Amino acid sequence: MHELAVCQALMEQVEHIAAGQRAQSVESIHLGIGPLSGVEPRLLEQAFSIARAGTIASQADLVIETIAVQVSCKQCGAQTTVMPSRLLCGTCGDWRTTLVSGDELTLQHIEMTRSTAADRDEAARTASGPVN
Amino acid sequence: MCDTCGCNVTPGNAHLVAAGGRLAKTGDGQQAIDVLHGLLQANDHTALHNREHFDRHGVLAINLMSSPGAGKTRLLEATIEALRGEFNMAVIEGDLETENDAARIRAHGIPAIQITTGSACHLDAHMVHDALHQLDLHALDIIFIENVGNLVCPASFDLGQHRNVTLLSTPEGDDKPAKYPVMFRAADLVLLSKCDLLPVLDDFSPQRARAYMHDLASRAPVFEIAATSGAGMDAWLHWLLAEVAQREHEAGQLAVATEPV
Repeated sequence: MHELAVCQALMEQVEHIAAGQRAQSVESIHLGIGPLSGVEPRLLEQAFSIARAGTIASQADLVIETIAVQVSCKQCGAQTTVMPSRLLCGTCGDWRTTLVSGDELTLQHIEMTRSTAADRDEAARTASGPVN
Repeated sequence: MCDTCGCNVTPGNAHLVAAGGRLAKTGDGQQAIDVLHGLLQANDHTALHNREHFDRHGVLAINLMSSPGAGKTRLLEATIEALRGEFNMAVIEGDLETENDAARIRAHGIPAIQITTGSACHLDAHMVHDALHQLDLHALDIIFIENVGNLVCPASFDLGQHRNVTLLSTPEGDDKPAKYPVMFRAADLVLLSKCDLLPVLDDFSPQRARAYMHDLASRAPVFEIAATSGAGMDAWLHWLLAEVAQREHEAGQLAVATEPV
C-alpha cells in the first residue's frame, strides 16, 4: 500500500503550487494515472481522503483520469490499446513494441479559489500592462 | 520520466498541453493551473541526485527486488564470496524490521547499512540517500540495494540505481510476470532463483516464465540460478562484470568531459 506515500507527495506539490498562487482553497485536483504506474486509483482515493485533512485542499475533489495502455509496434507500425500484462502488438502480435502511454503518474491540473488580495494584485498588474 | 524535457507528455495527456497556457479562468471564476508534473517529483529529484553521486564515483548501483523470501540475501552472500578481492562492495538493506539481513552481509566482511522502514512497503530515494551518507563511495565498485520484499510497491520508486534485478523464485510460480507486470517490466535482468528445487516442483516451467516476460515486451535476459549450489551463478556474475565495466567506462568519460581545460 504505497498509495499513501504517493498521496503525501501529491499533497506537498499541491500545497506548494497553491501557496505560489496565493490560493485560499483548492477545489479540485486532477490526476492522470496509467495502470503500469503501479498505483491503484481506488487506493489513492482512499489515501486522499486521509491526506487532505488539515491542508488547503481539505475540501477538494480528486479527479482521476485512467490512461489506457498503448504500444507502438516496431514491425508493423501499428499503435494499439492492450492489456497491462500483455504488451504485444494488437495488430500483428509481435513482441518488439514500445510503450506509448499507460505508465503515467501525473498531476495534470488544479482548480483553486484565489484570495481576493491575489486577484486584486493581478488585476492591477494587468491594468498597468505587461512588465516583461 | 522527468518534468523538464517534455518526456512526461504522452498521447494520454497531450491534450492538456495543447489546450493552451498554464493558467486559465474556469467558468465559475476559479483559477485553474495546468501542472503536468510527475506525482513523485520529489523522489525522482533525489533519485537523480543519488545517481549523479554513483556516477561521479564510478560505482555501479543495483536495485534488487523480489517477493519476501525469494533469496535476495542468499544471492548477495554468494555474490560477495565469488567476487571477494576483485571488487569492493557494499549493501543497503531494506526491511520493515530487524537488522538480520545486514548482520548476514556483515558476517562476510562487507559494509551493510540497514534501513528499517517501519510500516513502509518499499524503499524510496530519500532513504537511500540517507544511507549513502554512511558509506564511503570512493572505496566502492558496486552497491547492492536490497529492496523490501514486495512485488508491488518498490517498482514505483526510482532510487537512483543503474539497473533493476528482479528475482523470481521457483516455489512462487512461473506466472508472476503476468500477475505483477509493473515490477517485471521494470526489470533489466530476471533471475529465476532456487532452480535446484525444479526437480521437486511440478508446476514451475522456466520456459513459461520466459514466455510471460516476452508478453511484457521485455528485452531483459532471464537466467536460472541456485545460489546455494552455485548453479547458474556464472551467467549472473558475467552479467554483473559487464555492467561494472560499462560503469567504469562511463565514469572515465565523465571525468574527461568535466576536466578543466
